[in-house]
Amino acid sequence: MISAQGLAKAFGGVQAVRGVTLRAEDGAITGLLGPNGAGKSTTLRMLCTVLRPDAGEAWIDAAHTVRDALDARRQLGMLTHDSGLYPHLTARENILYFAELHGMARAARERRADELIEWLEMGAFAGRRAKGYSQGQRIKTALARALVHSPRNVLLDEPTNGLDVMAVRNLRVLLARLRDAGHCVLFSSHVMQEVSGLCDVVFVLARGEVVAHGTPDALRAATGCASLEDAFVKLIGTDEGLG
Amino acid sequence: MGAVGIVWRKEVRENLRDRRTLVSALLFGPLFGPLILAAALQFLVQRTADEADQRLEIAVRHVERAPNLVAWLEARNVIVTPVELDDEATRRAVRERSHPLVLSIPADFAERLAAARPASLQLYSDAAGGRADRNAARTRMLIAQYGASIGRLRLLARGVDPLLTAPLAVQDIDVSTPQSRSVTVLGMLSYLLLLAMILGGLYLAIDATAGERERHSLEPLLTTPVPRARLIYGKILAATTFMIVSLTLTAIACALALRFVALENFGMSAHLDASVVLKIILVTAPLAPAAAGLMTVVASFTRSYREAQTWLGVVMLVPTLPIAFVGLAELQPSLALSAVPSLGQHFLITSLLRGAALEPAHVLVSVLASLALGAVLAWIAGRLYRRESLLG
Repeated sequence: MISAQGLAKAFGGVQAVRGVTLRAEDGAITGLLGPNGAGKSTTLRMLCTVLRPDAGEAWIDAAHTVRDALDARRQLGMLTHDSGLYPHLTARENILYFAELHGMARAARERRADELIEWLEMGAFAGRRAKGYSQGQRIKTALARALVHSPRNVLLDEPTNGLDVMAVRNLRVLLARLRDAGHCVLFSSHVMQEVSGLCDVVFVLARGEVVAHGTPDALRAATGCASLEDAFVKLIGTDEGLG
Repeated sequence: MGAVGIVWRKEVRENLRDRRTLVSALLFGPLFGPLILAAALQFLVQRTADEADQRLEIAVRHVERAPNLVAWLEARNVIVTPVELDDEATRRAVRERSHPLVLSIPADFAERLAAARPASLQLYSDAAGGRADRNAARTRMLIAQYGASIGRLRLLARGVDPLLTAPLAVQDIDVSTPQSRSVTVLGMLSYLLLLAMILGGLYLAIDATAGERERHSLEPLLTTPVPRARLIYGKILAATTFMIVSLTLTAIACALALRFVALENFGMSAHLDASVVLKIILVTAPLAPAAAGLMTVVASFTRSYREAQTWLGVVMLVPTLPIAFVGLAELQPSLALSAVPSLGQHFLITSLLRGAALEPAHVLVSVLASLALGAVLAWIAGRLYRRESLLG
């Protein structure tokens, strides 16, 4: 479970996030929906302990993201905006490196890497260096790396960026499987269809604030709009930055 | 294995697969270093040898006025070229180097010589030109020798012992050994070793910091449950490893290359057997963590691989500055100077090349000071990695 209370962050004079409060339950997919520049990435970066909030607090399960940052990191897997693989290492080595950093024993690392490679159907390229991977292969590797220590909470920053239709479908299936296995999945996106089809709960972010939250159905009902896209535009007051 | 070791192993493995890092660490220093050194030495040695052997050329106005002098000069391997020039033309010829040295014999030369009065000669040369100046000095010395021999003959003819005119005799005793003479020439070896060492870890230091940020692999790395300082210590350690490998290879390669330079023929010898090479590596290696730390600290301020490369190209030269300063100021090794990182190493390397015994206190101070600087820089790098602006 991920919870945040009044998170705020400014860079220079720009207030990127102003008081975000949210909650993502276990066994559910929670979407963070908003146009570019709404503060989605900054919020996720604070949740995954990389950024320190100026105000507010957040917890990953019971671990405070600032006071128990190392504990919080043990309980979360983060798929960053860019997959950020090491080009000279193979997918398997990329995964094993993170497993080691998570302090897993050798046998456990190897077993878990095999498991993830099979689960994500990476067998065809797992032994090749990451340099020439397609975007889909990169995302899979990065996802496997984020999941290597079997974290209860999974955060994904715009995971479908740059993926083709088939890869997006695959990713959706994967996220659903994570949810069904009891994980808490929180992902950000600016693409409506993804969110409406996949999320159990949506938090709509605009200008650094949560402007609405609820199930997709509830949001549609509350705004009186038939499609979530219309609801979204109505909520954020502009269609600027929508993908 | 602790997190530092895990990061170290991954950086080493990854960079062993990176051609750019590999070339700079394992090829550039060890291959080009000795080549540069050998070529420079060969050039230097060749030039010294050339000048000693080169025949002196003097253009002489009015050779017919001093046939004995000319014959005496020619007997001493001087090429005498008779010229017909007036004063104005002579000056021009010297300035334009068509005749860099012109000796003019006045009309009354033979007459004054016969009358045992000082006979003057005019030597035209251009003091602004290095080689012409040396040749003028050689000419002056030869003519003085000729004059002195005439003087002795005159004294003998008058029944006076010529030794009476030599109340003093200065004997030059050069205590430099062939090894210590060659040290001036081999002084560049410590430059070369330090540069090769730093270059060996340069790309790894960039790759592990600015490179990692540019590839966006830093952010996922920071979400692992490892304190940030440990990540950076692992990276510094990996750069240190590459630097020491590059240093070792370069030192061995230089020692091998120097065997092919005919130093001995010119009264010089490089004291570079296996045990000296090993000692050179051992006294220089403690500087590696400081160099790696410095590179990492600087690279963590840069935004991209390219920017880091530009900055580090300049920073790379920092360790050579104290050596250059000491070279100019002609300072001697001392305990205080040994504490200056890179300078301490330079003194120790020079001592080893000279074949002198190492001062244990100097070694200790140099090693400790360098390691302490390394520790401080690593600590600073660790602090810098806690900044949020690191993610850019």
